Amino acid sequence: MIPLYWYLLLAALLFCIGLFGVITRKNAVGILISIELMLNAANINLLAFWRYLYSETGDLRGQVFVIIIFVVAAAEAAVGLAMIISAYRQKQTVVANEIDSMKG
Amino acid sequence: MTGMQLIFLIAAAVVVSSAFMSVTSRRMIHAALWFVLALLGVAVIYALLEVSFFAVVQVLVYVGAIAILIIFATMLTRRALEDHGKQFNRATLMTLVIVSVIFAGLVFSLRSWPQIQSMTAPLSADQLDVGVLGLALTAPDGFALPFEVTSILLLAALIGSIYVAYERKEKKK
Repeated sequence: MIPLYWYLLLAALLFCIGLFGVITRKNAVGILISIELMLNAANINLLAFWRYLYSETGDLRGQVFVIIIFVVAAAEAAVGLAMIISAYRQKQTVVANEIDSMKG
Repeated sequence: MTGMQLIFLIAAAVVVSSAFMSVTSRRMIHAALWFVLALLGVAVIYALLEVSFFAVVQVLVYVGAIAILIIFATMLTRRALEDHGKQFNRATLMTLVIVSVIFAGLVFSLRSWPQIQSMTAPLSADQLDVGVLGLALTAPDGFALPFEVTSILLLAALIGSIYVAYERKEKKK
């Protein structure tokens, strides 16, 4: 059988890769991809904990939380990409540093 | 080492390496395709956890919808940063340090939790039935309220993204 901490280590590694991408990536679409990677890492953690600790008790909260994260990820991707396309149309750029019209 | 562990290690290696490639690759379309590979690897991880419903949903929602959306956005926003300029901002080295510290902290906190080393999955095939989840999602004493709230969130996001991305003809000069 696969030990639980293998899943947790994989999720931690995936989360750290995503975090690195979110902070350092210049392209806004790349930032969005990295955010999706971080959400996937959280999903792996939730499902692994649910499977190993709660699947016998009939407690379904872990699975419901994963469904909600799926929906939030889809909504976030749709709104984020719409904003990127809208900004690209006005400024002809997707570089996050150059979209600064709200800067004080 | 059993077969399951071998499959897990292969899938984990695919996930981590393709995630790394999708974060670091120069062309955005390559990053999006590596991202698809990482998502498929995560679906394999879900299948190993015996939550096959989520493996299918992962392929449908992430690979089928979100990745396609990202590929479309990449194609609509071409000629940005593709061959010229740096892909990363000035904080790369600092971020590498921060991320390594966070990862080391996570590994340390896992190490200091002794009962996690011996934990194995229980075998309960009847609890993994997807019908139980469906009933719980719609039952009034279950998760009906969060379910409806997420559907309202999805509707709001749909309307909002159409409004934001809509090209207004009269305002264009």
